[in-house]
Amino acid sequence: MTDARAQILGRLKTALDRDNRSPDAARARLETPPENLVPARGQASDADRIGRFTEEATRVEATVSRIATLADLPATVAEYLAGHNLPKQLRITPSLAGAGWEAQPLLDISSGRAAGLDAVGVGRAFGGVAETGTLVFVSGPDNPTTVNFLPPTHIAVIAASDIAGSYEAVWRRVRTLAPAPGPGKTQLPRTVNWITGPSRTADIEQTLLLGAHGPQRLHIVIVDDAG
Amino acid sequence: MDATSRDFKSNAFDARRDPHLQDALARLGHGFPLKRLEAAARLPEFEALRDRAREIKNHVLDNLDFYLERFEERVTEQGGKVHWCTDAQAAREKILEICRSVDAKTITKSKSMIGEEIAINDFLEEHGVDPIETDLGEYIIQLRREPPSHIIAPAIHLTMGQVEETFRKSHDDLPAERPLDEPRKLLEEARDKLRDKFLGADVGLTGANMLIAETGSNVLVTNEGNADLTYSLPKVHIVIASLEKIVPTLEDATSILRVLARSATGQDMSVYTTFCSGPRRAEDLDGPDEYHVVLLDNGRSELIGSEFHEMLRCIRCGACLNHCPVYRTVGGHAYGWVYSGPMGAVLIPGLIGIDEAGHLPNASTLCGRCESVCPMRIPLPRMLRAWRRRQYRRESSSGPGRLALRAWAWLAQRPALYHLFTNLSIAALGAWGRRRGAFRRLPFAQGWTGSRDFAAPAGDTFMAQWKKGPRGDASGEWLRKRRS
Repeated sequence: MTDARAQILGRLKTALDRDNRSPDAARARLETPPENLVPARGQASDADRIGRFTEEATRVEATVSRIATLADLPATVAEYLAGHNLPKQLRITPSLAGAGWEAQPLLDISSGRAAGLDAVGVGRAFGGVAETGTLVFVSGPDNPTTVNFLPPTHIAVIAASDIAGSYEAVWRRVRTLAPAPGPGKTQLPRTVNWITGPSRTADIEQTLLLGAHGPQRLHIVIVDDAG
Repeated sequence: MDATSRDFKSNAFDARRDPHLQDALARLGHGFPLKRLEAAARLPEFEALRDRAREIKNHVLDNLDFYLERFEERVTEQGGKVHWCTDAQAAREKILEICRSVDAKTITKSKSMIGEEIAINDFLEEHGVDPIETDLGEYIIQLRREPPSHIIAPAIHLTMGQVEETFRKSHDDLPAERPLDEPRKLLEEARDKLRDKFLGADVGLTGANMLIAETGSNVLVTNEGNADLTYSLPKVHIVIASLEKIVPTLEDATSILRVLARSATGQDMSVYTTFCSGPRRAEDLDGPDEYHVVLLDNGRSELIGSEFHEMLRCIRCGACLNHCPVYRTVGGHAYGWVYSGPMGAVLIPGLIGIDEAGHLPNASTLCGRCESVCPMRIPLPRMLRAWRRRQYRRESSSGPGRLALRAWAWLAQRPALYHLFTNLSIAALGAWGRRRGAFRRLPFAQGWTGSRDFAAPAGDTFMAQWKKGPRGDASGEWLRKRRS
């Protein structure tokens, strides 16, 4: 294997004339990356951000509701499930365990990673991107990834203040989660998921169908004051 | 897989006569290109972002060694492992070795063109490991034992009726009378079948849309969510990726993602975009225990600095296929290997040799639509011509085509003689064919008249008409200006 590595890198270094061209420019670019071109629609003002996010998320077949505080979450979830005639068996991420679920005794709640037969997954998004109505999830002890993918209904909870204009704004926050391991290096959680609408496929005669392997329904709950 | 690119002509001939395929291709022609246009219209910065994306990849290719080493360093720091493989055989063996190390019986797979390139499925099956494709399109063609016919829509050549037939044959444990007459029912059956496979797999094998040097991550883009169930449920996550997938930073990946889905399906962003970095962390509740990246060269390092260097900017969006009049007439299978369309016609000769794939660069009208829609602005027509030039140089010097071209070149360098010859032949052809308006057959031109009529010349040659025409009009003015 080491041979293959040396062989491939050797061929590249010859082709790139590394004897006379140092990679310093690339190293410098990693350490001080150029600014991205952020489209105007990713630069919505504070007042427009949530409106733009909601509009874009709706365009990709997500549904959106808005509540004042996290204490309203259990009632909103119960109402959504009843309204869509969905089972009341929920898998929530530990990050949402303290949302006061006792208030809805008819909901069957368990916390942790998802299992194959879970009906509804409820997870907390780390950020939102107004540009395309995208949710950003980061994995961790309180946020198992499988909750976002395995159950056929996905309810995503996001604080209004975590909705940014662009992906770049969310990356800036992600970078604060762990100290940089060195210059030009960033430590990410094991998994970062951007989710833009519910799962879909058009593999059969280009007919758009929701719910291919991931969730068929994505409901986003925006919390104005997540505390 | 064994390439049948040598048989492009007969493959294409058969494709033209396949009514199912022609139906499917007609649908493709109305679908993706329109959606791409709408997506581009919604984003005023689209063209500027294409320039950005091209610059990023140019910079990467000029520093590929540096970024690959940095990527490996980052993967290793997080407890993952990078395996360098010079060719397909080495990559296949490495993947099998990892599967055996955990005694894997079944592996789930999310769509990977590199997986197709190294024909990993057949190899694993031969060695007692059961690979299960999870992308709906890939699942369908795996059941049918066919290669993909499109890089992002592998089963685009099939009609619903053919999918139904495949499911009835393969899912023979289900009741024979069950209704399967609409896409939704087919999807639900596949979803049910694959649920247990996801939950029971020992290894998850994914491709990578990109690799990020800054973070040691692989990026996965899907609409179905199958990749996310593939890497998050089994104990081991193997990523298979080719060298040129690397980008420097998260921001660079973001710039490319802004043009990828828009060019491919006309979505602003695909549903699931995932960044995986290393194995699960100590406190994580889910995720794989092992993370491997199988890094494949397979001829790419030799393209660096060659006239096909820029092909390595390709991000496999499929826009060039969707807009190619040849692809839209013959479909993907005619190209005879895993890639197809303009990107395939440039890449395949580079990977399996021009002797094997010589027809492909010639199967193009050089109309230039591919380059005009390519998000990475790859000069595909220029590269198709470069292959033709190489091929011409290699061919024996006595072929009839070469003799004819030599005769033409000799004549074209003698304008007086050339005009005399064309005037005479146009006059003769005109006199001969004017009554019917066209020729059914012409000597030395069966290649044309075998399938269509050849229109008879209506009058003089262009040059003769030009000389006769009124001088000093707008067009003459334009020509004189250009000459001065």
